[in-house]
Amino acid sequence: MNAPDRPATRTSLRLLSGNHACALGAVAAGCRFFAGYPITPSSEVAERLSRLLPEVGGVFVQMEDELASMAAVIGASMGGVKALTATSGPGFSLKQENLGYAAGAEIPCVIVNVMRGGPSTGMPTRPSQADLMQARWGSHGDYPIIALAPASVREIHEQTIRAFALAETYRTPVVVLYDQVIAQLSETLELPRASDIPQVERRWASGPREHYRPYAPGDDGIPPMARPGSGYRVHTTGLHHSESGFPTQDPATVDRNLGRLLAKLERNREAIDAWQALWCEDAELLVVAIGISARASLQAVRLARARGVRAGLFRPITLWPFPEQALRAAAAGAKAVLVPELNDGQMRLEVERVLRAARVQGLHRSNGEPIAPAEIAARAEEMMKR
Amino acid sequence: MNSIVDKAAAFDVRSWIRLEMMPHFLCPGCGHGMALRALLWALAELEADRDRLAVVSGIGCAGRLSAYVDANTFHVTHGRALAYATGLALARPDLTVVTILGDGDCLAIGGNHLIHACRRNLKITCLMLNNEVYGMTGGQVSPTTSAEMYTTTTPQGNAEPAFDACALAAAAGAGFVGREVTHHVPRLKELVKAGLSHPGFAFIEVLSDCTEIFGRKNELGSSAEMVMRQKSELRPSAYRDTVDTPFRPNQLPTGILSRNDRPEYGAAYRAAAAARRAGAAAMASAAGDPK
Repeated sequence: MNAPDRPATRTSLRLLSGNHACALGAVAAGCRFFAGYPITPSSEVAERLSRLLPEVGGVFVQMEDELASMAAVIGASMGGVKALTATSGPGFSLKQENLGYAAGAEIPCVIVNVMRGGPSTGMPTRPSQADLMQARWGSHGDYPIIALAPASVREIHEQTIRAFALAETYRTPVVVLYDQVIAQLSETLELPRASDIPQVERRWASGPREHYRPYAPGDDGIPPMARPGSGYRVHTTGLHHSESGFPTQDPATVDRNLGRLLAKLERNREAIDAWQALWCEDAELLVVAIGISARASLQAVRLARARGVRAGLFRPITLWPFPEQALRAAAAGAKAVLVPELNDGQMRLEVERVLRAARVQGLHRSNGEPIAPAEIAARAEEMMKR
Repeated sequence: MNSIVDKAAAFDVRSWIRLEMMPHFLCPGCGHGMALRALLWALAELEADRDRLAVVSGIGCAGRLSAYVDANTFHVTHGRALAYATGLALARPDLTVVTILGDGDCLAIGGNHLIHACRRNLKITCLMLNNEVYGMTGGQVSPTTSAEMYTTTTPQGNAEPAFDACALAAAAGAGFVGREVTHHVPRLKELVKAGLSHPGFAFIEVLSDCTEIFGRKNELGSSAEMVMRQKSELRPSAYRDTVDTPFRPNQLPTGILSRNDRPEYGAAYRAAAAARRAGAAAMASAAGDPK
């Protein structure tokens, strides 16, 4: 879906930081459990939820470490409660172990990663976009995952709500990835009415216990889940398992279940893909960017157009799976593609893969400074002169 | 129906296990089956509702036990079972949450989760099956391997001191701490019952034996000999100060070792939240009062 420029419904006007908007979005989506560990620049998500959740009958818990908070989130979700954690780079690294479990055992959950500089402790108070590949490939083994990349405070609110809907619908962890700048800047947004926010819940097992197979694909590849207490008494494991949920090493059974797992997002790409394409129809130069870099790029595209360069902007909102079809369409008439990002070329790699390399250039920065619109516009003009 | 024999006869373990998972994968002589039997026996005597029973286990030989229990079972990541269980128990206070961990699972990779679970005092019954070794990975030294024992990673004999898990749990604030051996299944069952009945976090160390991987390497004899050694090397704490059974060094006390009545965390959190909601509702209604 190509995102509309404005939400359809409006109500109260609020001034919020990105992290606070994330917390409000989570509660609005029905999240009733948060486990986390303090880390800059994401801690405001936890702080806000420590107040909000008990007010709505939910639970906030600050765990002993990042591993434990990811584990507790999955534990709560296995109990049937929508659950969230929020972290930043070093914590995101630690969460990968249990995130892989959630992907493999198909436990819905939402992980917010506010990107700061890396590697290691990096620059805790500076923005970065260097966890794109980690969000896709961070845990061991092959697994599907969804990552969303909002670019404004309003969009953080909106995409956090969407993250819960996607997690529940497809029984998958969903990562909400945004950089320190939009996490901590404050913007005005109009919060939608609670009644306008869809409460999406995973499909629960129904019917007689003896007919229930916890990992049977059903008609859409997404097995209904058994809620503890409902009488199904199933086994959940991080080992490869058969449709019964019990461990197996039988190659044909593993092929079948892993095959279903790996295909389950692919077959739903129409609903999962999200992007914004601006002035792409006649674009000879396409800029591809997310988050704060996309905002600079939007301004850069305007500057370039004012100087006679027909520039366009393609902004993935769903980052993983990457909206490749939409990118190909947006880049159809482009002679060159520029990817400005706060890392050493992570999204450029993906854009090159989709567009087959030749016309793609990166504008990379990892020193904690955002890329300015003028820099992007200057590079765009330079590229068009060649 | 009062003798141990009658009670044991009255308990049908088959009604609590998933028979389709048999034969189990434990080695001949392994003590873990006795520990599982004691747990299920305790649950049966407490008439636990298996639909509302959640068994969370980590990775290793002990971790595989959850799959055999006819309940809501979760076989999670190595060392993290208590963290998963914390989320589950906080989100679903209606469930009875039991964790089954091994010694490496609980004290090495999961040590941080154990001490904080003890401190937090959430209602979880935590069984740590201590067989002194990483059995599933082939017999490496663990945090509870006794001094001088040979393992695949201590070819000169273990020079590291072993953890006293119960002392650790008590020091970290666990509401209930106990230890028992698989030799005494009825006594272990009673200890587990007491732990399950405790309102807060209950830590129970079960001294199990690993005949195949650990005993063989250290020439500890057959499974029966290893279990009999448990009997001679351990003393119920009730007897530890009596004259005829002096408590010798290297003997671990068994039975209930410590208890406290610190508030259970989940109930305390929910009470504070409810009070806050009531306060907010009162303020809202006062503000809306036309008088």
